[in-house]
Amino acid sequence: MDDALLILPMLVPLLFACLAIAVLRWRHVQAALTILNAAILIGLGIALMVVVWDERVIVTQVADWPAPFGITLVADLFSAIMVLLAAIVGFSAAIYSAATIDDRRALYGYYPLFNILLMGVMGAFLTGDLFNLYVWFEVLLISSFVLLGLGGTRAQMEGAIKYVVLNLLSSIIFLTGVGLVYGMAGTLNMADLAVRLRDVEDEGLVLVVSMLFLVAFGVKAAVFPVFSWLPASYHTPPVAVSALFAGLLTKVGVYALIRVFSLLFAEDQAHVQDVLIWVAGFTMVTGVLGAAAQNEFRRILSFHIVSQIGYMVMGLAFFTPLGYAAAIYFVAHNMFAKTGLFIVSGLSHRLLGSFELKKLGGLAKHSPEVTLLFFLCAFSLAGLPPLAGFFGKFALARAGFEAEHYIIVGVSLAVGLFTMYSMTKIWAEAFWKPYPAELPGDFQVRRRQPGMLVMTIPAVIFAALGVAMGVAAGPVFELLERAGEQLADPSGYIAAVLGGEPE
Amino acid sequence: METVLAFVIGGLYAAGVFLMLRRALARVVLGIAILTNATNLLIFTAAGLTRGEPAFIDEGETLLSEPYGDPLPQALVLTAIVIGFGVLAFAMVLIYRAYRSVGSEDSDHMTTTEFEDGER
Repeated sequence: MDDALLILPMLVPLLFACLAIAVLRWRHVQAALTILNAAILIGLGIALMVVVWDERVIVTQVADWPAPFGITLVADLFSAIMVLLAAIVGFSAAIYSAATIDDRRALYGYYPLFNILLMGVMGAFLTGDLFNLYVWFEVLLISSFVLLGLGGTRAQMEGAIKYVVLNLLSSIIFLTGVGLVYGMAGTLNMADLAVRLRDVEDEGLVLVVSMLFLVAFGVKAAVFPVFSWLPASYHTPPVAVSALFAGLLTKVGVYALIRVFSLLFAEDQAHVQDVLIWVAGFTMVTGVLGAAAQNEFRRILSFHIVSQIGYMVMGLAFFTPLGYAAAIYFVAHNMFAKTGLFIVSGLSHRLLGSFELKKLGGLAKHSPEVTLLFFLCAFSLAGLPPLAGFFGKFALARAGFEAEHYIIVGVSLAVGLFTMYSMTKIWAEAFWKPYPAELPGDFQVRRRQPGMLVMTIPAVIFAALGVAMGVAAGPVFELLERAGEQLADPSGYIAAVLGGEPE
Repeated sequence: METVLAFVIGGLYAAGVFLMLRRALARVVLGIAILTNATNLLIFTAAGLTRGEPAFIDEGETLLSEPYGDPLPQALVLTAIVIGFGVLAFAMVLIYRAYRSVGSEDSDHMTTTEFEDGER
């Protein structure tokens, strides 16, 4: 049972990718298969949650090679939560794709790649082996490269170059770290490493490796100062791709950061803490200032992804259970709000034909449904109670006060104000001000197209989840604090993987 | 031998980084290729070099006899070579497509999406 639950999240997307290739000429069948795939993944995510609910860590040794010799798949609460969240984002992005991806892109393999991307993400969340993590990273990166470039417009090519080169560099740095770790400890199983790295005499070398991982995952998570690929590329592909990437890719980097620094380098936390806090602060500030200077819907949102990553790193940097819980809450909240906002940008583009704020306007008057969706997602992001973002920031601030890092808490609250500023800017430009020209004649027709309805569904899902996470913040945090406890004290994880009793 | 390889690897990393800092994208891709291979060498070297001792179990024995070459880094390098090759092939096609649509392979000419309303 455990074995199946750990392996199926990778096998199911692979199967559906193959099926989608078999029906490559029928776009709607491909889309239906992809939606079905994501729905199954949601089911698997829920099943995983149920199994690990009482803090049991489930493990499977692939091909029955005992750890640490074979590849281990592990799910604790954190992994299970991330699998479920990623499946929800994948499901919604698949629905959005069904309504917006054209025949050409479908014919050139959009849906198979979509499924492979999900497979890579699931693998990264569930693996317990460092080299295997690298492989899953490559799986999801290569499919994301093609998804980003598919279509081949000039803007996409320019964006893809920056995205591909910087992400390849980060993969190389990651691999360098893996090589050095193996040289030091003679193992790549993460639980085994957690034990063995404590005994490595050359502390300097361990620190070097932890910094290599920080840079490698930092590039993938888009933290300061290595975030520049993100705002240069996320606004170039179709909205469905932007939304999928915004929800998943940077969060995999954040997941890897949290996993590696809570488990592998638990001894080094004192050295790393200052670096992480500075990184978190600068990421928040540069992201939000970058957003303030933009006038294009999706570019503003892209810079905000960077800024929000800073909050997640901040939660990690405290190394307390509450800090981890707040970071995970923030990841979840951000996946919902940010993906929802990208979809709203797609809705307004479908209605008015532009992403430029100066060419948008009047949506509040002419399309109250899109306005409501934007309002819920945007002001959740800005941290308005009772929406989810408020509780995320509240928990982070509390974790910060408990850990006595007052300055970073101050910075994070100030950045919240700036976030509010740029959300208000989009609000004022795209929604509040009157439309600058004659409204397109077929506006009302477009508003009522069946495609438009399908496009709205995912945004509704995300807005509703954002509200639900805010209303149910108490129970959600109870769960997340248990996940945080698990991360802060990895002995249960290590014992589950290597066998034997917790220390 | 380790010392020599350490210098070789260092030299390759330096060359790769230097090439990646160039504006011409063909050189950037060459830089990626060199860096990937430098990393493969590094995995191989960091895990320890053993000469002429394949990891075979002698006839009649049930365990490996020391010394033997560790087979795991070889498997890792093999995987990394395959992935690196695939990614490199993709990167080359990508710069060719970018060159076709931008009309230049200078990364300074690839900034339209960052300043104005690019084509979508």
